[in-house]
Amino acid sequence: MSTLTAPVTTSLWDRVRGFSPPARFLPVIVTFALFVGMFGAGGVRYDGFADPQVFLSLLLDNSFLIVLAVGMTFVILAGGIDLSVGSVVALSTMIAAKTLQMGWSPYLSIVAVLAVATLLGTLMGLLIHYFEIQPFVATLAGLFLARGLTYLISVESIPITDATFSELAFKTIELPGGYYTTWAVVIAIATVVVAAYVLARTRFGRTVYAVGGNEASALLMGLRVAWVKVGVYAISGFCAGLGGLLFALYTLSGYSLHAVGMELDAIAAVVIGGTLLTGGRGYVVGSLIGVLVLGTIQTFISFDGGLSSWWTRIAIGVLLLVFVVVQRLMTRRQT
Amino acid sequence: MKTMYEEPPVTAPRSAGEPVVEMRDISITFGSVRALDNVSLRLLPGEVHALMGENGAGKSTLIKALTGVYSIDSGTILVGGEDHRFSTPAAAQAAGISTVYQEVNLVPNLTVAENMLLGREPRRFGGIDVRAMNRRARSTLERLGLDIDPRSTLGDHPIAVQQLVAIARAVDVEARVLILDEPTSSLDTDEVVKLFEVMRRLRDTGVAVVFVSHFLDQIYEIADRMTILRNGRLVEERMVAATTQLELVKLMIGRELEVLDRLDRQRARTHEDAVPVLQAIGLSRKGSLEATDLSLYDGEVVGVAGLLGSGRTELARLLFGADTADHGSLEIRSHRRRLRSPRHAIDRKVAFSSEDRKAEGVIGDLSVADNMLLALQASRGWLRPIPQATRNRLVAEYIEALDIRPADPQALMRNLSGGNQQKVLLARWLITEPDVLILDEPTRGIDIGAKAQIQAKVAELAERGMSVVFISAELEEVLRLSDRVVVMRDRRKIAERRNEGVSISDVLEIIAGESRAEESPHD
Repeated sequence: MSTLTAPVTTSLWDRVRGFSPPARFLPVIVTFALFVGMFGAGGVRYDGFADPQVFLSLLLDNSFLIVLAVGMTFVILAGGIDLSVGSVVALSTMIAAKTLQMGWSPYLSIVAVLAVATLLGTLMGLLIHYFEIQPFVATLAGLFLARGLTYLISVESIPITDATFSELAFKTIELPGGYYTTWAVVIAIATVVVAAYVLARTRFGRTVYAVGGNEASALLMGLRVAWVKVGVYAISGFCAGLGGLLFALYTLSGYSLHAVGMELDAIAAVVIGGTLLTGGRGYVVGSLIGVLVLGTIQTFISFDGGLSSWWTRIAIGVLLLVFVVVQRLMTRRQT
Repeated sequence: MKTMYEEPPVTAPRSAGEPVVEMRDISITFGSVRALDNVSLRLLPGEVHALMGENGAGKSTLIKALTGVYSIDSGTILVGGEDHRFSTPAAAQAAGISTVYQEVNLVPNLTVAENMLLGREPRRFGGIDVRAMNRRARSTLERLGLDIDPRSTLGDHPIAVQQLVAIARAVDVEARVLILDEPTSSLDTDEVVKLFEVMRRLRDTGVAVVFVSHFLDQIYEIADRMTILRNGRLVEERMVAATTQLELVKLMIGRELEVLDRLDRQRARTHEDAVPVLQAIGLSRKGSLEATDLSLYDGEVVGVAGLLGSGRTELARLLFGADTADHGSLEIRSHRRRLRSPRHAIDRKVAFSSEDRKAEGVIGDLSVADNMLLALQASRGWLRPIPQATRNRLVAEYIEALDIRPADPQALMRNLSGGNQQKVLLARWLITEPDVLILDEPTRGIDIGAKAQIQAKVAELAERGMSVVFISAELEEVLRLSDRVVVMRDRRKIAERRNEGVSISDVLEIIAGESRAEESPHD
């Protein structure tokens, strides 16, 4: 490589070696290294693990979780928490299934799902900001409400038979080399890209960090705190709706017991992705990698065959603990 | 780009011209407390204006009234000759009044440029234009003579640099008025020099800089004029150069040298051979107190005098174990003790009533009786409840002894006036029958009547053999009660006198005189 850059006094290798990323990217880099390491270990240990299609399946099987984690990243960055997203996913699958069963146009059905989910998120945001209710409590109420509404629509599982939905679910996108992916993955990745842009390059996004860092100072700095605090819950609600639609595509059904506890997976992914649970620090890319780490653990267990699936939970628990401790050590050093 | 670069003409003398901000007869009331009472403030372009006063004088309230954090009850605020009343900090900022609050309150995880322009980033195609943002930040930093990379992460810089970035952020909005609330409290000497350089630069471009600091020497170094507040009232507006430090301290503390009726009590006997009940030897803690000796004997009141920030509260916290000392030792009844927590101190019969009664003392939603019995219950341990009869007797006794009103043990603490809350706190510690009672500002913000009652009670307790450390910003009080007076300044003890014929002016001279000694050229 150095031959290419020979005329320059410092070789590329020197520059690579001398490059040290800003400390704020460190958690994401650590998570990424962990992911690469785990995937590599899997590749060495199991035949066929290193196949790119395994990686693509990872995205495919977790597309809805990626979208949820994106929404959760906004909320956690702003210093909050959203426990309602799992229930909102269930509600979304149910609304989609029920409206389609009633003969609605699939597009209208999608709009209805997203509108209801966003509205729920906005309402929780308003409660949290204007009535100063703890985010934990407000979204816990949202969790019960959304799950309850799901039962209200139907206790039984409702299959989705709509042609547009089925086509979206099964249609694959051919990639070079004989690999394939689905539209759900494209939507999930697009969500990540848009979210990353919003957080990094818009006033709204920057204010999210400021509010999460210190809400009182953000107010004194003259920032639009109310707008952002309500906005992040609206975004999380929207993402839960979108995640619900992807989950409906994945399962082709609406069911009140879908996605029980999925909010906790989303929170785990965000934290493993290096976002500080107290807010103000983290990146949406980290959350994507966090989801992939969780997915890899599951893939490990399915490849092994001999391990109980509960090892997934144990591994996630250990990882979570390690990351929180690492974060604590890092922030302690800085203060 | 308005005002800032157009005025004043270079030849104009500083501090000339129309005031850029004029606050007239501002009053603010919080509940029943009059926080500001007809206070006026004038800020001229191109001056550094010091806002002086002890704690509770109303400095922060006045600043927050100007910047729209608090709304005023009466009075007018003129900005550039026009009547203004800001409802939010953002509105004040838009009118060119920028504030840097005491703590650095930026976002450590964002870059310097992002912090400077947060909320007003230059945009292109709906997104933030990062290049334009970095360019603008760099030019502002250069204008202030600061060599900071706008792309670096703010949290990687030391606090002092973060403070300067906060100022750069405030200045970026074409500020006509820049308010700096205690910007130097966490800076060391070199950093203060740098900060002053920036302040002078801004002043010379016509900005009115408001400077709040408890360090008198810094005021004399940088400020042109000052406004002195006391107890929510305006004392005087003065030129700094025409005011000696002694005058300034007098104005801030505000006691005319009137003859005071001393409490009629017997002074503690001499104690040449007595064993001190509490003795601190070289007690120190980095950043809060330099090595300090203090002995306390049975039945004596030791008064601690000094301005805010002189280390008086820090001393009290070290004696009580609320903070742990880095060096030095503490002997209680000539046993060497290491106080790792207040609990240790309480067990050894040392009690401490904090100056911040709202945050560290009063529990508003509990009754008077519960508040009173808290310390006794804590020292007994939770497994040994106080019998109901004893509770009732103790509470009734102290309500009567201290004349607490309403005389209802079940009244909620938060409904009591400040003076009565303070009496309940005093009772809380007296019930534990301590040997040593440390009182930090026990009479601040309470009315004259309650003050006199508390003072009388302290005197009575000392006569019965209790040792009291009495800390107060009011010299009159300290001299009135104390057997000995310890004077503190700049985080150390600078004098200790027996209180025989010591007058307020003597103490003031000790406080002010010390700085003159420091200014002398031998170092």
